[in-house]
Amino acid sequence: MKKLAVWMSPYRKECILGPLFKLLEALFELIVPLIIAQLVDQAIPSGEAGPVVRCGLLLALLALIGLAASVTAQFFAAKAAIGFSTALRHAVFSHIHTLSYADLDRLGSATLVTRLTGDINQVQTGVNLGLRLLLRSPFVVFGAMIMAFTIDARLALIFVGVIAVLFVIVFGIILGTMPMQQRVRTETDQVAAAARENLSGVRVIRAFRREGTETERFRRLNEVLTRAQLHVGRFTAALNPLTWVVLNLAVILLLRSGALRVDAGTLTQGQLIALYNYMSQILVELVKLANLIVTLTKSAACARRVSEVLDIEPSQKDGTKELTAADLRSLTFRDVGIAYHASGDAALEHISFTARPGETVGIIGGTGSGKTTLVNLIPRFYDHTSGEILFGDTPIRELKLSSLRGAIGVVPQHAALFEGTIRSNLLWGNPDASEAELWDALETAQAAQLVREKPGGLEEPVQQGGRNFSGGQRQRLTIARALVRRPAILILDDSASALDYATDAALRRALRERPDPPLTFIVSQRTSSVRFADQILVLEDGLCVGLGTHEELLTSCPVYREIHAISGGEEASVHG
Amino acid sequence: MAEKKKRVFDRKTARRVLRYIRPQSPLLGLSLFFSLLSVALTLYVPILIGRAVDAVAGAGRVDFARLGKELSVFGLCIAGNAALQWITGVLNNRAVFRTVQSLRQDAFAHLHVLPLKYLDKHSSGDILSRMIADVDTFADGLLMGFTQLFTGAVTILGTLVFMLTLSPWITLAVVVLTPLSLFAARFIASHTYEMFRLQSKTRGEQTSVLNEAVGDLKLIRAFSREAATVARFDEVNARLQDCSLKATFYSSLVNPVTRFVNALVYAAVALSGAFAVLSGGLTVGTLTSFLSYANQYTKPFNEISGVVTELENALACAGRIFDLMDEPPMVPDPEKPAVLSGVKGDFELRKVCFSYDPARPLIENLSLRARPGQRIAIVGPTGCGKTTLINLLMRFYDADRGEIFLDGTETRSLTRAGLREQIGMVLQDTWLPAGTVREIIAYSRPDASEEEIVAAAKAAHAHSFIRRLPQGYDTPIAEAGGSLSQGQQQLLCIARVMLALPPVLILDEATSSIDLRTEQRIQKAFTAMMAGRTSFVVAHRLSTIREADLILVMNAGKVVEQGTHESLLARGGFYAGLYRAQFEQ
Repeated sequence: MKKLAVWMSPYRKECILGPLFKLLEALFELIVPLIIAQLVDQAIPSGEAGPVVRCGLLLALLALIGLAASVTAQFFAAKAAIGFSTALRHAVFSHIHTLSYADLDRLGSATLVTRLTGDINQVQTGVNLGLRLLLRSPFVVFGAMIMAFTIDARLALIFVGVIAVLFVIVFGIILGTMPMQQRVRTETDQVAAAARENLSGVRVIRAFRREGTETERFRRLNEVLTRAQLHVGRFTAALNPLTWVVLNLAVILLLRSGALRVDAGTLTQGQLIALYNYMSQILVELVKLANLIVTLTKSAACARRVSEVLDIEPSQKDGTKELTAADLRSLTFRDVGIAYHASGDAALEHISFTARPGETVGIIGGTGSGKTTLVNLIPRFYDHTSGEILFGDTPIRELKLSSLRGAIGVVPQHAALFEGTIRSNLLWGNPDASEAELWDALETAQAAQLVREKPGGLEEPVQQGGRNFSGGQRQRLTIARALVRRPAILILDDSASALDYATDAALRRALRERPDPPLTFIVSQRTSSVRFADQILVLEDGLCVGLGTHEELLTSCPVYREIHAISGGEEASVHG
Repeated sequence: MAEKKKRVFDRKTARRVLRYIRPQSPLLGLSLFFSLLSVALTLYVPILIGRAVDAVAGAGRVDFARLGKELSVFGLCIAGNAALQWITGVLNNRAVFRTVQSLRQDAFAHLHVLPLKYLDKHSSGDILSRMIADVDTFADGLLMGFTQLFTGAVTILGTLVFMLTLSPWITLAVVVLTPLSLFAARFIASHTYEMFRLQSKTRGEQTSVLNEAVGDLKLIRAFSREAATVARFDEVNARLQDCSLKATFYSSLVNPVTRFVNALVYAAVALSGAFAVLSGGLTVGTLTSFLSYANQYTKPFNEISGVVTELENALACAGRIFDLMDEPPMVPDPEKPAVLSGVKGDFELRKVCFSYDPARPLIENLSLRARPGQRIAIVGPTGCGKTTLINLLMRFYDADRGEIFLDGTETRSLTRAGLREQIGMVLQDTWLPAGTVREIIAYSRPDASEEEIVAAAKAAHAHSFIRRLPQGYDTPIAEAGGSLSQGQQQLLCIARVMLALPPVLILDEATSSIDLRTEQRIQKAFTAMMAGRTSFVVAHRLSTIREADLILVMNAGKVVEQGTHESLLARGGFYAGLYRAQFEQ
């Protein structure tokens, strides 16, 4: 967590000046009771207007200086806190982009978002309040006590006692209710989860006419949350009355023992009033302090969560060599394997093949057979754990990631577009692509027609996630996006699954007919998508159980035959 | 002008908030009464202390009898007041959290009357943040409002009364000065309101950038878009820094400024009080009482100003919640809906027109008839508008013109529930609620018996994998399928429909990312389900298409052809081209 302080260092000046001005303000507040005592003991008995007016003016002057001091303090605190959180947010967001796929899988995306939003906001609040109050509150509490000692050491002992008791009560209640507050937050999460579920499943819920039961379920969760809130409320509501009682009992004690001392002449009436005034200042600041500590505890927890993300060292080391044409002569897997967890089973083992530019490599197998894992190794999204992956003669780990990935077009299973326009999405593939290159990619991806039909053409807006396009349209646009960069290697990870046969076929033909046909990997469940590939890898349970052309595999590989019988047999019969 | 409009709007929001609070008025009345008592006792304390101070005039001039009497009354006041304060606090808590509970409930209930048109268009993150985060902020503001606005106002009034009885002139000095504090607080609050609004808007914007970036991190990596993404984030981040700084700083001015005014009041009281003592009109004890009052009197102003800021913030949140709740609901179901029984599944569309955007007509004058038990295959290139048709059949969206009949009854004369009860839907996009496997299957018919559930699971070929789960039918599954594979989720979806087995089915054959054996099972389950039922199938397999009674060929959102496989082939149109393309290589 100490690491986070780095983002604070540009605001060192603010971090010192803020609390300093806050102290100054507190100091002036502590002087006030002394002036009142002087007013009562000296100015009034003098019977003259001059000293009385002087006291009054002094009070007003203190107020003005106090204002100036505290406004300055608030500004420095706000500036430091917000500057800090902005820098931190940037740092975490940038850091996420240096993490490998394996790191991201471990973290999960939901938690990343909360850490970047809610958690950092909480840290910001903590820093802001901390700068303002962390020094001020104890200063006022102990300052009042010390002032009391300067007036009357014996009576000041009451202060010591009352501060101790109030301290126990205030911190007891506020810190004691923290677990209950935690429960309230958990219940709030439950309520939020139910609402989220209802939004994502709205079609199914309506189709099954379960609006009523869902609303009922929400009502139950809502009730549980409300009860938790009421429960904690009963305790927190006791804070003010309890402290009030203690404080006033102390006042009784103060007046009673003070009276004896005034009677004996060791204390003046004005000093007694001053002691009483100090007493009232203590409580306010103790409550503030306790609340501050709650906020700071929360903030510290949040800061730890943020810091955890920053602490993750990217598990992947970048290479140094630029990818050259020579490296693209061939892609070789030599006995490659990968285990996602050091202790776990291998997701892939003993994979060997060589592919050359312009070829098509089909990868086929059931769910969980390792198809996606295999293609994820090519752009080095994950690092293989055994064997060798060679581009030409260069081991993959020696290549610069940016250069390697720049030569590869990936079309993932899940077709995601980004908010913007069709053009802005296509430019992801290559920010410098010309108009002609964009249309060329769209034509190959069988998406040109759909773009032409949009009233905005390339400028047609794309909503978040591409919601305003159907699954198939998104799929074709993501293929176009991958093609815009004229990749040397194209990976279609089950990408044609949302496409119908006709589009799928047209796509494959168009790819083949490009002037610079990429080395294409097609991942599929169906033999129809890979049957024309130059070589087909058949995977089962992470092992390669067949490698060859469609015809070869039909005779030599029982697994392939079975897959073909189920998925492709029908087509073959029509064909034949 | 715009400013004025905003104010009116705010008042409307405030009035609506009050309507939500109304059911809690007995509690609040009681709380108000107790806080009145409590304030009276609180205010009496300075008088007692003043008297006690007067009893301690100086060396040798201490009246112990009087002091003792004042202090014992003081003790009683303290005890009574503490009890009252606690009860008031508990009552206020209850009033606030119950109010918020009903607001939350209503917001949620509104989700289910909102048309899908709205839900499809708006990000769920934004809707959620209104329902959860805004409601929470609203609760915080309201609670502060109740606990502090009440007692604050009463304290101010009470103090005035007490002070007037002590010394009208000094009171006058106080009264003249304090509006300053209110004015300053008000000024600050009205300016920070907009800043807070901007801050929460910018935060929302940042969250959606984040959601997108984090959700698709791997893609960003694949396209080496790290720098561009960070730049986009930083742009929003910088704007957030700017408006956060303003909102935080200006709102944090409220305390110093009101404290300043208070200190001035305090000085004025000390000064005028001291003169009154000089002229013999006041005792030193009364001056002490006055000074406490000056503190007590100004403190609520202080708090109220803080509360006003919070309330402004709360009101802004309430406004956002009400905005959501004001979104026009779906056209209501007819008051006297037609009721169908023994539905045969005769679906007819007559000259149906529909578009998502009036400027771009989509489905125009579509007529078709699906007779009971027929199988309608919907085919067409990817993105041709198959989902739109399903939206219309299910009445997720209503047709702009034209009529849709089920068994001769116009579907709009039925309730939506009445219509949907007759239709079973298995889409490619599986969605399963969180719950046990049993609950998930029984989603279509909560009253189903154990035997029926198992029978449905068997018919859907899901029984064997369910049995292998750690706790069988009692295995809890997290939302969105949890650890189940895509194929298993789809089988559960089928089992869910199997259990109810309505006379009409809408099925999507697309079975991407499902292993082959599972896919075969799904096919078998589909075939079993369709027997004797009117089915609309988004077809991906040739066998389904060829065996269909009617093929709807869609392209670019429109039905371009309809007929049987043979008739369409013979026609040599779009379908024929599509069909041939599939076997071209």
